[in-house]
Amino acid sequence: MVAFVLIGIGLVVFTGSIESMGRYGIKFLFTSDWNPVTDQYGAFTAIYGTLVTSITSITIALPLGVGTALFITEKILPKLVRETIGIMVELLAAIPSVVLGLWAMFIMEPFIRPFLSGLNNNFGWIPFFSSRPGGPGIAPAILILVVMILPIITSIARDSLNQVPSRLREAAYGVGATRWNAIFNVILPAAISGITGGVLLALGRAMGETMAVTMIIGNSNNFNFSLLSPGNTISSMLASQFGEADGSQVSSLMYAAFILMIITLIVNIIAQWMVLKLKLKY
Amino acid sequence: MNSNLYYNPSLRRNISDKVLTLLSGLFSLIAILPLILVIAYVIVNGASQINLSVLTQLPEPPGDDISAGGIGNAIIGTLIVTGIAALISIPIGVGGGIYLAEYSKPGVFTKFIRFGTNVLSGVPSIISGVCVYGVIVSTKIILGSNFSALAGGLALSILMLPTIIKTTDEGLKLVSNDLRKAALGLGASKYITITRVTLPSAITPIATGVVLAIARAAGETAPLIFTALFSFYWAQGTQALLEPIATLSVLIYNFALEPYKTQNELACAASFILVIVVLMMNLLTKLIGYYTNSNKS
Amino acid sequence: MNNKDNTIVSLENVTISYKSQPAVKNVYLDIPKSKVTALIGPSGCGKSTVLRAINRMNDLIEGCTLKGRVLFDGIDLYDKDIDPVEVRRRIGMVFQQPNPFPKSIYENIAFGARINGYSGDMDELVELSLRQAAVWDECKDKLNDSGVSLSGGQQQRLCIARTIAIQPEIILMDEPCSALDPISTLKIEETIHELKKDFTIVIVTHNMQQALRVSDMTAFYNAEQEEGTSGGKVGYLVEFNKTEEIFNSPCQKATQDYVSGRFG
Ligand SMILES: Nc1ncnc2c1ncn2[C@@H]1O[C@H](COP(=O)(O)OP(=O)(O)OP(=O)(O)O)[C@@H](O)[C@H]1O
Ligand SMILES: [Mg+2]
Repeated sequence: MVAFVLIGIGLVVFTGSIESMGRYGIKFLFTSDWNPVTDQYGAFTAIYGTLVTSITSITIALPLGVGTALFITEKILPKLVRETIGIMVELLAAIPSVVLGLWAMFIMEPFIRPFLSGLNNNFGWIPFFSSRPGGPGIAPAILILVVMILPIITSIARDSLNQVPSRLREAAYGVGATRWNAIFNVILPAAISGITGGVLLALGRAMGETMAVTMIIGNSNNFNFSLLSPGNTISSMLASQFGEADGSQVSSLMYAAFILMIITLIVNIIAQWMVLKLKLKY
Repeated sequence: MNSNLYYNPSLRRNISDKVLTLLSGLFSLIAILPLILVIAYVIVNGASQINLSVLTQLPEPPGDDISAGGIGNAIIGTLIVTGIAALISIPIGVGGGIYLAEYSKPGVFTKFIRFGTNVLSGVPSIISGVCVYGVIVSTKIILGSNFSALAGGLALSILMLPTIIKTTDEGLKLVSNDLRKAALGLGASKYITITRVTLPSAITPIATGVVLAIARAAGETAPLIFTALFSFYWAQGTQALLEPIATLSVLIYNFALEPYKTQNELACAASFILVIVVLMMNLLTKLIGYYTNSNKS
Repeated sequence: MNNKDNTIVSLENVTISYKSQPAVKNVYLDIPKSKVTALIGPSGCGKSTVLRAINRMNDLIEGCTLKGRVLFDGIDLYDKDIDPVEVRRRIGMVFQQPNPFPKSIYENIAFGARINGYSGDMDELVELSLRQAAVWDECKDKLNDSGVSLSGGQQQRLCIARTIAIQPEIILMDEPCSALDPISTLKIEETIHELKKDFTIVIVTHNMQQALRVSDMTAFYNAEQEEGTSGGKVGYLVEFNKTEEIFNSPCQKATQDYVSGRFG
């Protein structure tokens, strides 16, 4: 039944996109014009945006999330403090993404703009920082994604760490390991497949995350390497255009949605498989 | 020799251990900072706006008026749309969970379904909106209406389904087999056993899952923007379900993007309500879990 | 017997509690240097708890607190300036369940040595430790295999080798043979006899014969219901003496009953 829903969704999106697929084929993935007036569509800008925002945000969130999970599981502070932090992280995951988007628009983005300007001034020769930041853009979108996926990585890393048998921990401390000796050499390696699964789940989530990103990324289809300029992701493009689209624009949007669905499906399947593998091991 | 037993803070391993511990503490602070900031933001900017007229009035169409009106219809709309989603997904989800835990034979197929449920929960929420748009909105299949509360509810229900199936399934699996055997041994049919014995004893995890799913759905926006759309009017009469409807989340989205300050402020007020409700529901599940845990031990 | 010069670890009025619920109470124990001391007693009387207190392994358990003093060469191990990591490097531990790292056999030994700052020839150390723990012959051809792939008995001897490799002064063993077959048990007992020359050993065992075979000194613990409480049992030390004395002419009736199997 669930499989039915899944296949059903896939089928609907696929049928919707047939027209556009026929017209643009694989070229759709590599061209970046998106022009409803001339009816010319290519999703490269959005695909680039999706990949760059999700991958960068994972890179930032991974150490933060695993560090937090370690802080919670490895008995660094009294239980009460740790549990409070754990609950707060879970509550962060519960905040609706549209509210995070609102906060990002009015508080976070103005706050970080000077820092982004600094990046541009000092590292403007790097393509990623080559434009002047002004309002919404890819970089603030990345930061709000970090906020959104951090709880996922933290909670899965925490579960994986809790599943590491305590006798392994004792073994490490028993040969005179310091806390971080034990963590890096024994505990983390033992939890690695679960953490990897969590990272992939978070990656899927980051790719599909819509509202907060739509509100802060600028929704521009003009391709630009720079993270400081406005951009688009597949999901933000869907959110901002679908309501008013018609004709072949709808089909092209469906095509983009289909691509997004395929990518997230693959990521999720691998992620589930890794989490499952961890369960079997212990 | 013995003095070596004493803690030596200048030892390399002790320095690096300290540094790493501090770092992980810092990371934890960074991780919870956004929660504090966001909550502070909606409280400071949202709570101050809340008054009776905001809660009961209609929103005003954008324009640089003195007032942006209220969020009354959006509150009702969120209740209606989430309610529809719950009505669709709870029976199907709980039923699916019961099937998985009680009727299906363990094997490749069951594994596959469980796997599929997990994968479905990873499908981006906007995709379910696109799908409902494709099936219902663009085809006007339901009595010729396009954007409607029903379409929005349906899109949300797709998102709630995997959570409910999963928690039902796992909740039932926790019920001890002895209990089942005892009931079956007394001559109860399988149906009676499940409805009278197994389900009641798994009610806490199932209820928790349902509450969490509803909390999540209430805050969802992406699947609603082009299914339920938005409306500046009250949902009225029998036709209400077949017409575009306002929700808190879409109101926040639309009004946040308006260039007018009054509209932005209304978005903050709506955020405050939404955040409070969603967090309360989450804390409620925590409390339930805590209470039942401490009862058992 | 209470030759203070020969005492390496001495427990003075030690009471250990889990979450304010005492598990063992008022333990006095002088563990002699270069001897094997056995801790025996019924299940749940706190043998493991006492053993783990000696190298501060209980620090890892939340809510576990200790009152009294544990002196190692005259230094209180629970002094607030003591580095528990250093304590565990000087007082090694072999656990009840074999717990090799999920790494290669070689790494299992090398890991502890390396973090302890060993700078000599690692290959040599690995071989020496495995030989001392009497598993060299079984492992020498597969040093790169995972430690987890060994049999239970081999794993336990690997864990002993791992402990030897960090060159502690004392080795604590918590029922090292409880998960093993008689042959592996015998091998480990032989290993203990060998190790006695270089290390002080404290071993917890449920096997009277084993205590008799390997130990020089024996401490008998028992547990009883705390008066006036509804809580769990609290362990205490009944008798501590030379092993022959404990088994042949114990002073306490409880000891007599326990060692002759007439207990409970
Ligand atoms: N981690 C723990 N948390 C709470 N209580 C504990 C813990 N470990 C042990 N205890 C309690 O302390 C008491 C002594 O336990 P301990 O493990 O030291 O007994 P033991 O003599 O080693 O028993 P056995 O021979 O079965 O290994 C028991 O009553 C036990 O319930
Ligand atoms: Mg024990």
